[in-house]
Amino acid sequence: MTSIGTGYDLSASTYSPDGRIFQVEYANKAVENSGTAIGLRVKDGIVIAVEKLIHSKLLVPEANRRIQTIDRHIGLASSGLLADGRHISNRARDEAASYGDTYRSPISLKSLVDRVGLYVQAYTLYSSVRPFGCSTILGAVDKTGPILYVIEPSGVAYGYHGAAIGKGRQLAKTELEKLKLAELSTREAVIEAARIIYLVHDDAKEKDFELEMSWIGDETNGLHLPVPKDLLEEASRKAKEALENFE
Amino acid sequence: MPDTAHEQPQQRQFYPYTENGGTILAIAGADFTVIAGDTRQSEGYSIQTRYAPKVFRLTERAVLAVNGFAADGNMFVKKVKQRLEWYRHAHAKEMPLRAIARLIQTMLYAQRFFPYYVNNILGGIEEDGSGAVYSFDPVGSYEREACRAAGAASSLVQPFLDNQIYFKNQTPAPGTPHPTYLPLPDVLAIVIDSFTSATERHIEVGDGLEMYVVLAKGRSIEELADVAGVQELTTRADGDRMFVIQRELKKD
Amino acid sequence: MDHFPTNWGRPRNELHDQYNTYPIHQRPSQPKDVFGEGVQRTQQPIVTGTSVLAIKFKDGIMMAADNLASYGSLARFKDIQRLHPVGTSTIIGASGDMSDFQYLQHTLDELMVDEFTNGDGHELGPAEVHEYLSRVMYGRRSKLNPLWNSLLVGGLQDGKPFLAYVDLLGTTYSASSIATGYGSYIAIPILRAAVDNKENTLTEEDARKLLHECMRVLYYRDARSLDKYQIGIVTSAGVSVSDAIKLETNWDFAEGIRGYGAQTQ
Repeated sequence: MTSIGTGYDLSASTYSPDGRIFQVEYANKAVENSGTAIGLRVKDGIVIAVEKLIHSKLLVPEANRRIQTIDRHIGLASSGLLADGRHISNRARDEAASYGDTYRSPISLKSLVDRVGLYVQAYTLYSSVRPFGCSTILGAVDKTGPILYVIEPSGVAYGYHGAAIGKGRQLAKTELEKLKLAELSTREAVIEAARIIYLVHDDAKEKDFELEMSWIGDETNGLHLPVPKDLLEEASRKAKEALENFE
Repeated sequence: MPDTAHEQPQQRQFYPYTENGGTILAIAGADFTVIAGDTRQSEGYSIQTRYAPKVFRLTERAVLAVNGFAADGNMFVKKVKQRLEWYRHAHAKEMPLRAIARLIQTMLYAQRFFPYYVNNILGGIEEDGSGAVYSFDPVGSYEREACRAAGAASSLVQPFLDNQIYFKNQTPAPGTPHPTYLPLPDVLAIVIDSFTSATERHIEVGDGLEMYVVLAKGRSIEELADVAGVQELTTRADGDRMFVIQRELKKD
Repeated sequence: MDHFPTNWGRPRNELHDQYNTYPIHQRPSQPKDVFGEGVQRTQQPIVTGTSVLAIKFKDGIMMAADNLASYGSLARFKDIQRLHPVGTSTIIGASGDMSDFQYLQHTLDELMVDEFTNGDGHELGPAEVHEYLSRVMYGRRSKLNPLWNSLLVGGLQDGKPFLAYVDLLGTTYSASSIATGYGSYIAIPILRAAVDNKENTLTEEDARKLLHECMRVLYYRDARSLDKYQIGIVTSAGVSVSDAIKLETNWDFAEGIRGYGAQTQ
């Protein structure tokens, strides 16, 4: 059924007769057009990788980061409208801080995802606002160990072993399924994540891209940190090699 | 003896002020001004530090000395500097000395019912090239003067200045009237003597002496050439010039 | 930040004076508190810590504070840490009200998380932490609702030792040896004699011995002190707080004292 012209897609506060909210589905379209982001939950940590499409050569390298830090131990990657992603990460930081104010302990990722999910969902209820045009991958190593979630524009949040959002998500998911995630170390996962991002990047159609990666694990002392330059370069090199052998 | 102290309801009010000692002083010449202060900060009988500046450069021709409650003083200087920066951004020039003086009065009076517990002395060069000193009370009353001492030892230093600068209780020799302004070397000597004397007689004064000298545009700097411990702070080649002279005072 | 756009409002015309030279300060509107007059703000410290000592030495700074938190004259908590590392180049030590100090610890930790999440690789050093604390302390005293502490902030700023003080009035200063409370009367003369003009030659071992001796003297003289203390050190190697150190004391001399207390003969 088409939504165009029916009038049921003009507001997030109106259902279509078959029970859909078109504005939320449009928000998902914004995500589908954006560069891929993946998250890997492995044996001893989390790796997040993003294919950041560079729409102009004039941009300063490493500007407009799509991976953000929420708390010492929590990382976030967004796909879709960049500004919406930043808004959500700001909200997530506030929620993490408010949890810390109340309970004097770092927030668990599950609690954070519950809170942020509720916030995102609130933007699907009113005619005066639009839903967020972005999906977010949230990864952390908390008291329960490594953990990974995706929050979608509808506000739903699922936990994953491997997550992929954005343009190349289908191919990325197939690749993630091939990995034995529970047996991988974070260091190995960095290499795999880079390979997947390079693989799903469509040279023919797309402009340049920048590989953005972060990790959380024993090697980072439980902190969410960018993958160090040398490791990032090694991962990129291996990814390119793998790509050549693949083709 | 039974202890009855606890039977009375006790009330302890938080008192938001303290005194941190020290003394400041400024003297205006015809085309220069000297603004000075010691560097000791104390509370009660304790010396907290031997170096806590009380004299601050505001612009290339204005210097502010602040004495009293150190926390208020530092905050006040911070806020004056911020207002001067906003003025620069709005007008692309530095605020003239007399305008700074009025600004300080406004800022002090704004806190009339919770005052900054400080005495301010502003010194520098006016737009007409003359040396000037403005002194303020804690709530903003101010006037332009030729010299002023403030702070812990003000009651020791001010009478000395009255005698040496204003020639109070001095009778000039017939036919040789008192000079209106003293030359720079004489003024520096008076400032140094003021502080060494105050150090001798007042326990809250001592450790170090910081003297700022502002010279009007075009004035010779010859008299500063062989002064010990002098350092130039001037930033612009064609304007008024500023120097700071640092000296030791007794530390006992 | 308030993330609800409906609460943002718009800048109002009459609040923007185009002829002025500085921004008009906007105070957040506060609902009138009908019990405002009766609110008890002024306070007194309840559970307190005594002196903190700190000195500069050639590789950085060293700080010492005992493990006691007193409730009046009662030695209430005897395993309290009063030294708190902030980031990787700063340490703060607190005397005065311990609950106010714990509040400050949390505030500072939150501040460091904010800096961390910024992700620019920059971390606050002791000079910034001290400036921040002095604004908080002065701000609270100006509301007549002080945080009842004397704090020492020490660390390495751009590779150089930094040591400064701030208290409940917002008073600040910097020196190469600083002590709070009774330490400012009893330990400072000893510390100044040993440290002044020797900041660049004093070794870590010298510094440790010196503070140990001062803590011992304080334990003999300060009735609100404990014979168990910790040392905090900041050098280029980072921040560390030691395990508790026990003070050896000898009270034999007290046997011979006559004339007051229970023994009058």
